[in-house]
Amino acid sequence: MSVIVATSLAEAFAALSAHPEATLVAGGTDVMVEVNAGHRHVADVVMVNRVGELCTWRHDGAMLHLGAGVTWSQIEAAPIAEWVPVLAQAARTVGSPQIRHVGTIGGNLGTCSPAGDGLPGLAALDAVVHLASPAGERSLPFAEFMVGPKRTARVAGELIIGVTVPVLRGWQGYSKVGVRNAMVIATASVALVTDLDGRTVRLALGSVGPTILRCTEAEAFAAANVDFANGAASAAVVSEFAALARAAARPIDDHRSTAEYRRHAVGVLAGRLLRRAFPNE
Amino acid sequence: MTVTQTGTDTGTFAGTHSGLAGRLGDSVARPDGVPKAQGSFQFAGDLTADGFLWGATLRSPHPYARIVRIDVSGAWRINGVEAVLTAADVPGKATYGLISHDQPVFASDYVRFQGEAMAAVAADHPDTCRRALAAIVVEYEVLAPLTDPERAIDGSFPPIHPDGNVVRHQRIVRGDQSIHGPVVVEGTYELGRQDQAFLGLEAALALPAPGGDGVELHVATQWLHEDRKQIAACLGMPDEKVRIVLGGVGGAFGAREDISLQVHACLLALRTGRPVKIQYDREESFHGHVHRHPCTIWMRHHAGTDGTIRRIEARFVMDGGAYASTSSAVLINAVTHTQGPYRCDHATVDGWAVRTNNLPSGAMRGFGVVQAAFAHEGQMDKLAAAVGLDPVEVRLRNAMRTGDHLITGQEIVNVAPVARLIQETAALALPTEPVGGHDHDPMRLPGGAGRTADERHIVRGIGWGVGIKNLMYSEAFDDYSTARVRVADGVATVKFATVEVGQGFVTIVGQIARTVLGVEEVVIDSIDTEIGSAGSTSASRQTWMSGGAVEGACRLVRERLFEHVAELHDLEAVQLEIDGTDVVDTLGSLRMSVAAATAGIVIDETFEHHHPATEELDELGQGNCHTAFAFVAHRAVVDVDPELGLVKVVQIATAQDVGRALNPLSVVGQIEGGIAQGVGLAVMEELLQVDGIVKNATFTDYLVPTFLDMPDVVISLVEEPDPHAPMGAKGVGEPPTVSSTPAVVAAIRDAIGKDLHRVPVRPSDICS
Repeated sequence: MSVIVATSLAEAFAALSAHPEATLVAGGTDVMVEVNAGHRHVADVVMVNRVGELCTWRHDGAMLHLGAGVTWSQIEAAPIAEWVPVLAQAARTVGSPQIRHVGTIGGNLGTCSPAGDGLPGLAALDAVVHLASPAGERSLPFAEFMVGPKRTARVAGELIIGVTVPVLRGWQGYSKVGVRNAMVIATASVALVTDLDGRTVRLALGSVGPTILRCTEAEAFAAANVDFANGAASAAVVSEFAALARAAARPIDDHRSTAEYRRHAVGVLAGRLLRRAFPNE
Repeated sequence: MTVTQTGTDTGTFAGTHSGLAGRLGDSVARPDGVPKAQGSFQFAGDLTADGFLWGATLRSPHPYARIVRIDVSGAWRINGVEAVLTAADVPGKATYGLISHDQPVFASDYVRFQGEAMAAVAADHPDTCRRALAAIVVEYEVLAPLTDPERAIDGSFPPIHPDGNVVRHQRIVRGDQSIHGPVVVEGTYELGRQDQAFLGLEAALALPAPGGDGVELHVATQWLHEDRKQIAACLGMPDEKVRIVLGGVGGAFGAREDISLQVHACLLALRTGRPVKIQYDREESFHGHVHRHPCTIWMRHHAGTDGTIRRIEARFVMDGGAYASTSSAVLINAVTHTQGPYRCDHATVDGWAVRTNNLPSGAMRGFGVVQAAFAHEGQMDKLAAAVGLDPVEVRLRNAMRTGDHLITGQEIVNVAPVARLIQETAALALPTEPVGGHDHDPMRLPGGAGRTADERHIVRGIGWGVGIKNLMYSEAFDDYSTARVRVADGVATVKFATVEVGQGFVTIVGQIARTVLGVEEVVIDSIDTEIGSAGSTSASRQTWMSGGAVEGACRLVRERLFEHVAELHDLEAVQLEIDGTDVVDTLGSLRMSVAAATAGIVIDETFEHHHPATEELDELGQGNCHTAFAFVAHRAVVDVDPELGLVKVVQIATAQDVGRALNPLSVVGQIEGGIAQGVGLAVMEELLQVDGIVKNATFTDYLVPTFLDMPDVVISLVEEPDPHAPMGAKGVGEPPTVSSTPAVVAAIRDAIGKDLHRVPVRPSDICS
């Protein structure tokens, strides 16, 4: 077993080409749980938490680029929190403060669990995920990056280097249900993003399907029926929006919850988030 | 052979000071408090020794299967493996157990629960152990498991153990069986399987004596001498060849009362001639210790139209899992507490503790009484509603007093201030802040960090729970405790086998010695089996039993000291007393410090403290089976999101009958901790099994309350010193868990106006 601590992208690529099957570790908050539980056998490790290029962010006008090594504690605080409130709110629900200090958005993408707290927000923002290898870079819309539960389009030798999201005008939020008031895996979660300029409402569901689910019917219904100018939505619109979210869910029964409750919960959360976004009746 | 201490503060407390100061009634800080906070306290898992090996256990993947063949040859072929043991290698008794010895050291013919031990290995590294375990081939004939306790009772499932599928059946029949109504309320209540969830995982280090002539085991446990008895029997050694030394314990709550890794570690050490260390991980811990009994309780209360209880009928079914452990005692606790802290002279109770292929159940804080309380408190609220009284008034009208009787016929001779507890709890201020708090912090709403709700979605409820809990062991068991006190040059050294699991006995010891003897310096000797038994650190019993033993030994030392001083100064010993840190002559002018009075002499006394004898129950469940009782009241305030079914427990107010608070700071700690476990059982804690397979053996999915889930706790300590208790002090550890759970559930019911009859209450129970 080898552990290579890369301090630049070039070093990370060199390590990856020497050990194409190496486990990439940034914060280690997912990997080490699996290793300690004996669910994952690690041969070689490439540490990317000290790769400076990955740990930076860049805000250029309409877009925000987050390096894969940006931590949840960075995202939950200003200035990033002011640009992408949906990700900031998701960040506040990730684990404990200790976890948020080392856990990264790149790690959330790398694990790509349907319960990953950052992912519904990224889906709702139409985030673009950037992958790189010595052969070059490629960029994928989030929906093409996440292909299944804990399955991504990343191929061996590639590194997730970051994600680009738009900085939008309009309310954003994330809500998550768990059976504990903190430090809990999502039983069901919902991200809602409004774009006042584009006059759209985007809705994404977590933990109720094999991937993060975008609710295109609910989104189209909202875009057509809310009053963007006055921040208003009727009770009937909120109710129908919730029903469309419920209909879009594809939940399963497991030890954390029943499918029925998950479906119910995303409906309630979608309705409440729409009301927060459009507080007037 | 030396045991290496990686921490700077020994987990055995050997040579540590029992707090720096403080007499009975003072709030004394724990000697291990700062070391634990700083990470320097040595837990059992921190122990190592020169040249030690790691031990590990092979466990059954099936809840019920016949073992066709075990082939361990693959494990032997792995470099670094020093021992591989199966049932054939157990030199003594093949089975162990706290009450009946029905659990195999290693399964040999059948496995009866998922995670049952099959074999153990010792090797040079934990990874080597893992590979060795993977190389052991077991051929199973998998059988359909017995998971429905009713099938154990009705006899429709063939015995899964030679001892049969019923561990114990106990009836209680008292008074007039024909009483009916006029008011009748009825309910069926269910409790899921709660885990003790201690943070310090099972760990032990076994050191073989030269030539294999004995073994020394350093272990995190609850009862050194009971461990020794069971270990020695399985090793085929006399007790005195087995020395048990307490390793630093990170919580227990009942889960360390049974044998887990003790025998395995000793066997591996004796086989290899080298020290062997075993430490479980969290998943293995969930499989490796007993849990609180899942339980279904039916109750029917007959009452007058004024709400006074006339007769209670009940049926308890407790799932004991695969092996007996303490199931028979847990059952007796449950059925004998059917009435709760209320007067009732007529009762018909039927109780069953049965064997299934689920995880073995046994001791957990509250020990059967938690189950009874969830049912009787649900019934009291139904009764209140049926007769149009509020929950406080119906409880006051029925509140037990000293001189009342249990449905076993036993008279309550202890202080029993039930009405006062209810009134004092009611007098504690309700939370003044609105839903979400004065600062409108969304983190304080149900859903917490998940930001699921806005204030307008939330409803608030208030609920009550009142409890009675027996203290010490029951049914003719003599759970005595032993202490030895040696005074020389003003320093008292106290020796005992009382296990410190975090409850605070290590401060009480010093407080007693300082108060009785007037010494300033109190040193705790090594906690091990080199003295008589202290009994278990359980049943809220150590302050009473071991506190009584230390007090008794101190009194003997004081008598000898007075005789010594009297002789030197030509006085009568009865004239002398301790005043602060001095010996004084009450009839004259002599005053000298205890340090001066003990200079150059050694006084050494040992005292064995027994409680009055108790009786077994007869066939009709009658008899003075319990030793003593403590009482408690809880009022819970909860905020509920009815649409999502999420709960935030806002406040628990409690008045507890503590007799006398010997260390008030410690008592408050016990109350807050017990309430945390009670809240956990109410709204989240459940170890799930489906067809005998455990579904959530991790802290990712077995949820215990975080700081954000913990309510504000407001406490009134009700101090009416009990004349039967040493120093007037009752045990305080268990009552907080007994009725906090029903109080929380009652508050949720109050908030949403819906019946809830199962804990933990799941979101879908609230919103469906």
